[in-house]
Amino acid sequence: MFEWLRHLGAWTIDALWKLGFASRFLLAIVLHSGQVLLRPQLLIREMFFAGVLSLIIIMVSGLFVGMVLGLQGYNTLVRFGSADALGTLVALSLLRELGPVLAALLFASRSGSAMTAEIGLMKATEQLDAMAVMAVNPVARVIAPRFWAGVLSLPVLTALFNVMGIFGGYYVGVVLIGLDEGSYWAQMQNAVDLHDDVINGLIKSVFFGIAVTLIAVFEGYDAEPTAAGVSSATTRTVVTSALVILAMDFVLTAFMF
Amino acid sequence: MKRATIDLWVGIFVAIGLASVSFLSLKVANLTSSNGGATYALYAEFDNIGGLKVKAPVKSSGVVVGRVTGIELNADNYRARVSLALDQKFAFSRDTSAEILTAGLLGEQYIGLTQGGEEDVLKEGDRIALTSSAMVLEQLIGKFMTSMAEKPASGK
Repeated sequence: MFEWLRHLGAWTIDALWKLGFASRFLLAIVLHSGQVLLRPQLLIREMFFAGVLSLIIIMVSGLFVGMVLGLQGYNTLVRFGSADALGTLVALSLLRELGPVLAALLFASRSGSAMTAEIGLMKATEQLDAMAVMAVNPVARVIAPRFWAGVLSLPVLTALFNVMGIFGGYYVGVVLIGLDEGSYWAQMQNAVDLHDDVINGLIKSVFFGIAVTLIAVFEGYDAEPTAAGVSSATTRTVVTSALVILAMDFVLTAFMF
Repeated sequence: MKRATIDLWVGIFVAIGLASVSFLSLKVANLTSSNGGATYALYAEFDNIGGLKVKAPVKSSGVVVGRVTGIELNADNYRARVSLALDQKFAFSRDTSAEILTAGLLGEQYIGLTQGGEEDVLKEGDRIALTSSAMVLEQLIGKFMTSMAEKPASGK
């Protein structure tokens, strides 16, 4: 019984400790971001790994999500004789919720886990310590470029995901099922608002980008410097990111819409 | 600092992002007139357009022959003035009639054109004179109710 209470207490204190360290870490990253501006090559390299290499998975998933939305949406809408509203359904669900959330989940598992593993391994092989010895701040040199690369890449990937999804819905609705092309686009354009839907969706993805990348670099930096430590840190990145994304999505949706 | 292949890839990535955002804001959110093919403009005035929307299809015998390009209230006679862009391939006679129809009971509204018999055809900027308004469900039910109420009295 007391053993159990002790575990709970230790777990709570550890969680609070981590939260505090993560906040201080975020502050340190922001304070050391000057390096990123001085050496844009670092940022570009990280954007290549985080963003460009995620293009394929984002495009393919976006296309299939849009196609499924088109198919399922059509099956339901056609019962009410309003299959013309398919464009609205696909565009609004993608722009408001599915695009930002799914792109962030994919980004967390594709790029976030890679960042954690890379930084954790650098720590395990004492590369971070070596940098500190050479008077190179590892936060400025290693962490900050990755952080900003993630924050900048995710909105781009989200926008691409949305576009691919809308075309996926278009392919199923207009090309395969044979709805009117003009109705698909016209109903979409009437219902979608630039500020309410497009901009708010992208704002969401910026928040998700900050959360996912911070979790990824933090877990890497905080990882136990062993093989098992790096592996469990990578797992934690994906699990925590997924939970944080879904919880944040609820809060942001409640604020925005 | 030298240019590297990696810069090209990141450049492509950023360009894709900008293209996606502009697609979302122009094509998905707002109106762009990306209409292919030559068209000519006509207009028609209706007493009531119901739920007709800009970009709704214009059909003749069920085939799409053009789009609605603008809807406004004519301040002189307080009727709705609907501008149409029709495919150049199709010429309609001067006594063509236009009516606002609904696809299905609750579906999207569109304009149906019925070809007339005159030899002269409508040209750019002409007005379609014969029009009939949209069917408004509430008014229809209202008429039905009043006629139901009147029937017993007139029957005797």
